[in-house]
Amino acid sequence: MSYFSNFATMRSEGSLLALILFLLLFDILAGRKGKNYFQPVAILLFALHTLFTLMPAEAGESFGGMVQYHPMMTMVKTMLNIATLIIFLQSKHHFDGPEQKYQQGEYYFLTLSTLLGMYLMISSGHFLLFFIGLEMASIPLAALVAFNKHHKKSAEAGAKFILLSAFSSGILLFGISYLYGTTGSLYFSDIPSLLSHNPLQIMAFVFFLSGLFFKISIVPFHLWTADVYEGAPTNVTAYLSVVSKSSAVFVLMTLLFKVFGNFVVEWQTMLFWLIIVTITVGNLFALRQKNVKRFLAFSSISQAGYIALGIISGSPLGMTTVVYYLFVYLFSNLAAFGVITAIGSRTGKMNIPDYKGLYQTNPKLSFVMMMALFSLAGIAPFAGFMSKFFIFSAAAQQGYYLLVIIAVINTILSLYYYLMVVKAMFIDQSDHPVPALRTDSWNRASMVICTAAIMFAGMLGFIFSYLGDYSFGL
Amino acid sequence: MNFLSLFVLLPLLMILTLFMTSNRKQVLGTMVAGSTLLVILSAFLAYRYMAARSDGATDPMLFTASLSWFEPLHIRYAVGVDGVSVVMLCLTSLIVFTGTFVSWKMAPLTKEFFLWYCLLATGVFGFFISTDLFTLFLFYETALIPMYLLIGVWGTGRKEYAAMKLTLMLMGSSMILLVGILGIYFSSGATSMNITDLVHISIPLEQQYLFFTLTFFGFGVLGALFPFHTWSPDGHASAPTAVSMLHAGVLMKLGGYGSFRVAITLMPEAAEKLSPIFLVLTAIGVVYGALAAIRQTDLKYINAYSSVSHCNLVLFAILMLTQTALTGAVLQMLSHGLITALFFALIGMIYSRSHTRLITDMGGLMKIMPFLGVGFVVAGLSNIGVPGFSGFVAEMTIFVGAFENDDLFRRILTVAAVTSIVIGAVYILRTIGKFLYGPLQNPEHGKLDDARWYERLAVITLVAAIIYLGSFPTGISAMINDSFSSMLQVAR
Repeated sequence: MSYFSNFATMRSEGSLLALILFLLLFDILAGRKGKNYFQPVAILLFALHTLFTLMPAEAGESFGGMVQYHPMMTMVKTMLNIATLIIFLQSKHHFDGPEQKYQQGEYYFLTLSTLLGMYLMISSGHFLLFFIGLEMASIPLAALVAFNKHHKKSAEAGAKFILLSAFSSGILLFGISYLYGTTGSLYFSDIPSLLSHNPLQIMAFVFFLSGLFFKISIVPFHLWTADVYEGAPTNVTAYLSVVSKSSAVFVLMTLLFKVFGNFVVEWQTMLFWLIIVTITVGNLFALRQKNVKRFLAFSSISQAGYIALGIISGSPLGMTTVVYYLFVYLFSNLAAFGVITAIGSRTGKMNIPDYKGLYQTNPKLSFVMMMALFSLAGIAPFAGFMSKFFIFSAAAQQGYYLLVIIAVINTILSLYYYLMVVKAMFIDQSDHPVPALRTDSWNRASMVICTAAIMFAGMLGFIFSYLGDYSFGL
Repeated sequence: MNFLSLFVLLPLLMILTLFMTSNRKQVLGTMVAGSTLLVILSAFLAYRYMAARSDGATDPMLFTASLSWFEPLHIRYAVGVDGVSVVMLCLTSLIVFTGTFVSWKMAPLTKEFFLWYCLLATGVFGFFISTDLFTLFLFYETALIPMYLLIGVWGTGRKEYAAMKLTLMLMGSSMILLVGILGIYFSSGATSMNITDLVHISIPLEQQYLFFTLTFFGFGVLGALFPFHTWSPDGHASAPTAVSMLHAGVLMKLGGYGSFRVAITLMPEAAEKLSPIFLVLTAIGVVYGALAAIRQTDLKYINAYSSVSHCNLVLFAILMLTQTALTGAVLQMLSHGLITALFFALIGMIYSRSHTRLITDMGGLMKIMPFLGVGFVVAGLSNIGVPGFSGFVAEMTIFVGAFENDDLFRRILTVAAVTSIVIGAVYILRTIGKFLYGPLQNPEHGKLDDARWYERLAVITLVAAIIYLGSFPTGISAMINDSFSSMLQVAR
C-alpha cells in the first residue's frame, strides 16, 4: 500500500490543514487592502472545504489502525463544518471595524485549529492520537475564550477554562495510562478483547470518562460551563456549545460502543444516574438565569442530558437519534446565538429583561429567536420536536421508561423557561425596548439557514433514514 | 397524494398567504376564502364518505394513504377517516369558518393573530385525519403551542397566568402521552405505528395497565378530566373569542377523540379493567363542573365550567364502552362543540359592546340586542338538552348507552351524572334571566347596537347546525355508529 492511499482516508483533515496554512500565510502576507478580502475568502474556502468533506468514501483505516474512517464520521464532520460556517457568518461583523481587522487572522486560525483537533479526535483509532486531538481541540479554544483579552470577564473565563480543561485532560490521561498498564495496548481495535472486569480497568475507565464528561458538561462536571459561556465572546460561546460539545458527544458514543462495549452494564448504570442529574440540574439552574448566555449555558447542559438518552440505549437506533439530535440542536442553538450576537454586538444588551417588547421593534429577530427556543424545547412542528421524539424512542426501545418519564417531566420545566423568553419578547411591554436593528447580511444569511433548517429539516425524513443506514450499535 | 391531506395543506397555504399579505383587507380575504374552502372540502368529504359506505365499502378506515417518512422507526405519514373523523372534521371547519367572522374586528396585530389561528387549525385538522401514532402526536402538539401566544398576546384579564398554566398543563399531559405512545409501539413489538395495524396486535396485559393509564391520562387532561381541568376555566376566560371557540369547541375534543382512538381501541382489556377509576373521576367532573358554573358571575367562566362538565361527560360516555354510549360521546362532542362555540361567540360579541362580562352588571339586554339575545337563549336551551336541539340527542344517547351496562356501579354513576342536566338548567336559566331579562342595569347599555352582518352570519351558521343536528340526527348518528361497530369488532 502506498503512502498516498494512507492519506486518502484523511482527506478531510488534509484539506482543513491546507486551508489553515493558506489562511495563516494570507494573513501575514496580505497588505492593508488585502486584509479586507480576508474574511470573504476564508468563508468561501471553508464552504468549499465543507462540500469536499461531504463526498462519501468507503470505510477503512490507515497508518496501521491509527486513523479510522467510517461514513458516519463524514456526516458528523460535515455537521461540525456547517456549524462552524454558520458561526463564521455570524462573527463576520465583529471583525469589520478597523481595530478588529488585525485580529481576524488569529480568530480564524484558532477556530480552525480546534476544528482540526476535533477531526483527529473523531477519526482516531488509537488513544494517543485521540489525546492529541483532544488537546488540539481544547488549548486554542482557551485562547478563543479569552479573545477579548482586555475584557476582565473574558480573560477570567479563559483562565478558568484552561485550568479546568488541563485538569480534566490530566485525569483522562491518567485513565489512559492505567488502561495501557492493564491491557498493554492503546489501539481501539485491540482493547475490547483485552478488557476483563479488573477493578483497575474500571477505575481507568471511570477516569477516562470523567475527562470526556467535562467536555460535554455533564453534571457534576459542568461547573465551568456557565462562567465560561458568559465571559467568552458570543461567537465563541456558540462554538463551545455546539461544535465542541457535538464532537465530544460523538466521540464518547463511538468509544463506548466500540471500545468499552464490555463495560456496557457499568456505563449504562453510570449514565442512568448522570442523565437524571444532568437534565434536572441544568433545568433547575436555567430557571433562575437573567443573562441570556448563562441561560443558554444551563439549557445546553440539560440538552446534553437528553443527548445521553440516545447513548445509553447502545443501539444503532440510539446512534441515529443522537447524530440527528445534534444535527437539529446545531441549527436551533445557532439561530438563538445569531439573535444574541445581533443584539449584543450593537446594543450590548445581554439580559432577558432587555428583550422585553422586542417584537414591537424587531419582529424578524423575535421570530427567529422564538423558533429557536421552541425547537430547543421540542415543540411541534419544529425540528426539535422530531429529534426529541426520536431520542425518547431510542431510550424507550431499550425499556428505559423511568428515565424517559423523568426526561419528559423535565421537558415541561424547560418549556417554562423557554416560554419566559418568548413572553418577554412577545407579550411584555417595555419603556426602553431594543431599538430597531439592521443586521448585516452575513448574519442574516446565517439566520435564514438556521430558520429554514428548523422549519424543514424535521420534515425531511430521508436525512434520518440516511443516518440510520450508517449507524451501528454495541 | 390523497385528498385528505388537503385538510392540512389548505391551512398551511393560508399561513403562507397570510405571510405575504400587507393590509387588513387581504388578511380577511385570505381567511374568508380559506375557511370557506375548508367548509366546502369537509362537506365534499362527508358526501364522498357516505357515498362510499352506501356502495358497500367495509374497511374501518376509508381514503387511506401512507407514505414512508422516518424509516428507522417505521414512522409513516398515514391518513384515513372513519365516520367519527368525518364528523369531527366537519365540526372543525365550521368553527374555523365562524371564528373568522367573529374575529372580524380583531386588533392589534391582525395578521399575526390569524397566523397562529391557522397553525392551530392545521394541528386540529391533521390530528383528525392521522392514523399513524407519530403524525397523530405531531399534530396534537402543533395544536397546543399557538394557544400560548394567542392567549398571552390577544387575551384579556389574567392572560399571562392563564396562558402559562394552560400551556404547561397541556404540554405536561402530552409528554405523558408521548411515553404512552412509545410504550404502545415498543411493547406491541409491531413494525408500524399505524393504528389500523396496531389494533390487530395484542399488547401484554401488565404493560397495557401502565400504558393505558398514561395514554388515557394524557388525552384526558385535554378533555378536562377531573381534577386536571383547572387550566380550562382560566384559559377559556382569558382567551380571545375565536380562540375560546376553537379551543373549547374543537381542541378539547381532541382529548375525547384520542382517548378512544388510541387508548381504548388499542388496549381494550386494560380499558375494561381500569375504567371504574376513571369513571368515578369523570362522574365527579360532570357534577362538579355544573355546580361550579352556578357560582360564577362572569359569563365566560359560566360557560367554561359548563364545558368542563360536558367534556367530562364525553369521557364518561367513552369509558362506558358500549356502542351506544360511544356514539353518544361523539354526538356530544359535536353538539357541545357547536353549543360552546356559539356561547363564546355571543359572549365575545356582548362583551365587545358592554365591556363587561359580569352578569350582575348587565340586565334587560334582550330588548337592546334581540338578535344576540335570541342566539343566547337557543344556546342555553340546547345546553340544557331541550328536544329539538343537539344537546338532547347527544345526552339521551349517552345515558341510554351508559344504562345498557347492567352492573349497579355504572348505573349509580349514570344516575349521578344525569343530575348535571338539572343543575345545568339552574345556571343557564339563572344567567339568562339575570342579564337578558329584567330591568336595564346600566343606562349606558341602552345605546348599544345589535349584531353586525358578520356576527349574524357566524351566529346563524352555528344555530342552524345545532338545530339540524337536533332535528335530523339519524344520518350522522348512523355514520358514527357504523364506525364503532367495525372498530369494536376489530378490538374484540
